[in-house]
Amino acid sequence: MRGRTVVIGLGGDARGDDAAGLEVVRSLRGTLPSSVVLTESSGDPMQVVTAWSGADLAIVIDAASSGAAPGTVHRDARPRATAWRRSSHALGLADAIALGKALDRLPGELLVFGIEGGDFGLDAPVTPPVRAAIRETADAIRQRLG
Amino acid sequence: MTHKTIRLGGLSRVEGEGALLVRARDGVVTDLQLKIYEPPRFFEALLRGRSYEEPPDITARICGICPVAYQMSACQAIESAFGVEVTGPLRDLRLLLYYGEWIESHALHIFLLHAPDFLGYESGVAMAADHRDHLERGLALKKAGNELVATLGGRAIHPVNVRVGGFYRVPRPRELAPLAEGLRRAREHALDTVRWVAGFDFPDIEHDYRFLALRHPGEYAILSGSPAVSDGTAFPVTDWPAHVVEEQVPRSTALHARLDGTGGYLTGALARYALNSERLSPLARSAAREAGLGPICRNPFRSIVVRAVEVVHACDEALRIIEGYTEPDVPAVPVDPVAGVGHGASEAPRGTLYHRYRVDEAGLIAEADIVPPTAQNQVRIEMDLRALIEPHLDLPQAELAALCERAVRNHDPCISCSAHFLELRLDAR
Repeated sequence: MRGRTVVIGLGGDARGDDAAGLEVVRSLRGTLPSSVVLTESSGDPMQVVTAWSGADLAIVIDAASSGAAPGTVHRDARPRATAWRRSSHALGLADAIALGKALDRLPGELLVFGIEGGDFGLDAPVTPPVRAAIRETADAIRQRLG
Repeated sequence: MTHKTIRLGGLSRVEGEGALLVRARDGVVTDLQLKIYEPPRFFEALLRGRSYEEPPDITARICGICPVAYQMSACQAIESAFGVEVTGPLRDLRLLLYYGEWIESHALHIFLLHAPDFLGYESGVAMAADHRDHLERGLALKKAGNELVATLGGRAIHPVNVRVGGFYRVPRPRELAPLAEGLRRAREHALDTVRWVAGFDFPDIEHDYRFLALRHPGEYAILSGSPAVSDGTAFPVTDWPAHVVEEQVPRSTALHARLDGTGGYLTGALARYALNSERLSPLARSAAREAGLGPICRNPFRSIVVRAVEVVHACDEALRIIEGYTEPDVPAVPVDPVAGVGHGASEAPRGTLYHRYRVDEAGLIAEADIVPPTAQNQVRIEMDLRALIEPHLDLPQAELAALCERAVRNHDPCISCSAHFLELRLDAR
């Protein structure tokens, strides 16, 4: 591995499977080279753009709602402005990418994992298929960065 | 008589989603309902039966933008039930954490959500390419706020280091010192931001607002204080339930707050400024003066200037705390649960946030009541909209929709726990 790497988990803890991205980052703590920066974000584009500024590689994990089976891991996914992400906020990864582009602050390489959620209800627990997808995604990231 | 119902694109630049329904007959608005907010009743129910230690962490999840506000109101409510007061350097650290959240939240609203309204862009992202210098300043401010929250809160979102009585761990002075440099730069950026937004073109609109904000004898109230109203009344936080009543109204899921029997008061940046501007730091006060703000600002569009002034104050005060910091002897004061009722209020970036808890003798939550700022402002935002819409019912739909969106965004409503998508439905005959 070379250059600066950041791993950014997006989501919210209050809405069930929306926490998938955050949980991936939490499960990666202590298991990656110390040079890898791990960040959790609610999806605020200014925060995301700041987090990946100057990085050679940014890996972003977000919950997805595309109609696929819950627990499906979309690799190298590209979010659309409204349909892709089931977000508890109006702003999200698509905005962060657009903002990064406008400010010339995109990472050298951007790798996006989308984890298809099943239940985004208030205070719902993360569902079993999404738990499995969190482990699968964390393994894939460890493999890439280990 | 023609009848039209038109659906228009969402209020994209408020945090969350919602809907606005307007019905007009013969040039008069007969009905106007803004559905932007789902009160956190779900969380109030969830808290019952939980330990007194849990509300700070559980309620922090209500909002991804202002979790610290929820933590601070929750902690102070529970501490007041137990007769505990957090003072000295521990209180300073709470303030420092809160200033971090203020800087972050206001920077998001100023640069990405509100400024595009004045510069004619559809979104902050669309504005970014043409105004890179300003957006870069916004990013630097966000970063300074984020570092404060991450250092004090233990992580950047949903901070985990806050507890009833104080913190789990307090920073060493050498951990805070590096933040000062970033804050000094942020303070300069904040001053530039005040100058920038003060030059915007503001619609010439003023409302006769009835303001409510906390007031503190020694500071521009953020962390704590007593509710004060612009009509001259004031009351201790413990009397909140006697003054502020939330009630269900027909055809709306949202609770409508009434202050001493009357709906439609305003909390938030304009209210804080009107009631407390003399307690801003000298630098923030002079920035406000230079920006042309009088002692009271009743133009909701100018709230962007007030927020920028508040960012100057937050940077300035955060620096003062860091420079004078001595590490507390203990990370938290001892807390012994006793049965009782506690009230706590703080100034979230969007306005006064009140919590009340009844705790039983085992230290379990028997009752929880949370009154967030946006629920309080709901009626007032509808009044702003009604006044704005009525003289402009003949405007093309898209223009009218844009005007409504701006009127809502002026108050930076926090609707992030809402699951609706916002749409504007105008039914005019």
